Amino acid sequence: MSAAPVLERPAVEPHLDPALAAGEDVRPTGRRLGPGRRRRLAWLLGPAALLALWTLASATGLLDPRILSEPWTVVATAGELLADGRLQENLAISAQRAGLGLFFGIVVGALLALVSGLSRVGEALIDGPVQIKRAIPGLALIPLLILWFGIDETMKVLTITLGVFVPIYLQTHAGLRGIDLRYVELAQTVGLSRTAFIRKVVLPGAMPGFFLGLRFAVTGAWVSLVVVEQINATSGIGYMMELARTYGQTNIIVLGLAVYGILGLLSDGAVRFLERKALSWQRTLAG
Amino acid sequence: MAAHPGGLTAVATNAVSVRNLIRGFGPKGVLNGVDLDIAPGEFVALLGPSGCGKSTLLRALAGLDHDVKGSGVITVPDRVSVVFQDSRLLPWDSVLGNVTLGLREHDAESRARNALAEVGLAGREKSWPHELSGGEQQRVALARSLVREPQLLLADEPFGALDALTRIKMHGLLQDLVALHRPAVLLVTHDVDEAIALADRIVVLDHGRVATVRTVTPDVSTAVDAAGHEALRRDLLADLGVVGTSH
Ligand SMILES: Nc1ncnc2c1ncn2[C@@H]1O[C@H](COP(=O)(O)OP(=O)(O)OP(=O)(O)O)[C@@H](O)[C@H]1O
Ligand SMILES: [Mg+2]
Repeated sequence: MSAAPVLERPAVEPHLDPALAAGEDVRPTGRRLGPGRRRRLAWLLGPAALLALWTLASATGLLDPRILSEPWTVVATAGELLADGRLQENLAISAQRAGLGLFFGIVVGALLALVSGLSRVGEALIDGPVQIKRAIPGLALIPLLILWFGIDETMKVLTITLGVFVPIYLQTHAGLRGIDLRYVELAQTVGLSRTAFIRKVVLPGAMPGFFLGLRFAVTGAWVSLVVVEQINATSGIGYMMELARTYGQTNIIVLGLAVYGILGLLSDGAVRFLERKALSWQRTLAG
Repeated sequence: MAAHPGGLTAVATNAVSVRNLIRGFGPKGVLNGVDLDIAPGEFVALLGPSGCGKSTLLRALAGLDHDVKGSGVITVPDRVSVVFQDSRLLPWDSVLGNVTLGLREHDAESRARNALAEVGLAGREKSWPHELSGGEQQRVALARSLVREPQLLLADEPFGALDALTRIKMHGLLQDLVALHRPAVLLVTHDVDEAIALADRIVVLDHGRVATVRTVTPDVSTAVDAAGHEALRRDLLADLGVVGTSH
């Protein structure tokens, strides 16, 4: 096969040519309806403003420390708890529960979505039960789970898993079912095997839905974590806060809240980062 | 027997043979007994009024009409490529990934690079499809279909969405590529001039049957024989039920 180009194209991209780029740039400014270019770290602005407001209210005495501790007290408390190791210890066990629950939930949700999306039998068997599970509030299952598994780690991780797999399943399944039939036809005309079809068309096509589900799932994992740790636990951030309540230690409670908040924010940021990397082929308003 | 024998080889003399092909949606028949032969390396254009069943016929040849009722015997070669009206590139795969899609040979990537060079897109391998213009996307689709060395190329209005100037360039490109790879071609088009410029033979479909078949000699095709070119054009427009000779 010869490789003689039939049509020519310029070797240098003109807009990258410094000589040209240095010239004047006068252009008509049309009205822009999209939100404009994205800026790095812009998502920190909202949380930072909230923190500033809290500091201001505490410093001016507007906020009674018995209602809500001052930010500096919380920071000092964090320092003490870090020094005696309690914060790290509880944080580690909480993170482990959330991480395990998230992991199992993602695997189960994605697998179920794949089976249900790719076969009619699978859909008939799986979709109904998941919809029923969706209708039952996750926390309503806790009494039953305690009866079955006691109050050890299995029950906690399982509660989180059950909360996580539903949004993963729903969004991945919707994404999968939304794949344009034209791509399925294309896959057939180029003779893709079933596995190649799943790898090249189904998985990438379902990816936007999966990531949407993942963001719900991560938030859901933290919520379930708080609940299982405050109901019956002897370790973890939730337990630490529950203990503080019995001693009236507002500062530790607020610290616990701050830790949950920071964890939530960080994990959502991580998911969004992954999403942007994985979906860089998409051209959307989000940019 | 409504066979679509992917595994069988074509009758020695013909790349494509269609006998008494019947297809319909619901009670309405769309194809009412189509017979069509295409020789290896022959370029056939399929003309016909909108809704007469051109796409239905092409999809039957491509084996894409699983759920459509009908009968008839279709024989096609092993290696068939399809070019659609939309470029149909996977948006989540790079240009190169789109061209190598489904290739199993170990040298798939270098062949895909060659094919991209042939359509003038060397250097764009890593681009996303949405970063290309409409004409460039359609050239990638051409590269994707030709890299498979098809014995039959099926194209359903591949240039329909392109502007007139780009379309003329694409005609030249397609002619060069077909001369190079020598597949049999079935090109569905609305454009009488496109059909005359590209095809060896023009088949007009009407009321679900082949209404007329007209051969295009090289001189007529290139309008060296200007009178013959004009006469053929007039005849085809009459076949299509368009009155008068203007566009
Ligand atoms: N999936 C479908 N379901 C029902 N009817 C269909 C379907 N596809 C095509 N038809 C009908 O079959 C007839 C032939 O359609 P077809 O797409 O083959 O026409 P065509 O010749 O390609 O037209 P055009 O030149 O406009 O593309 C039309 O009347 C159309 O309405
Ligand atoms: Mg059509």
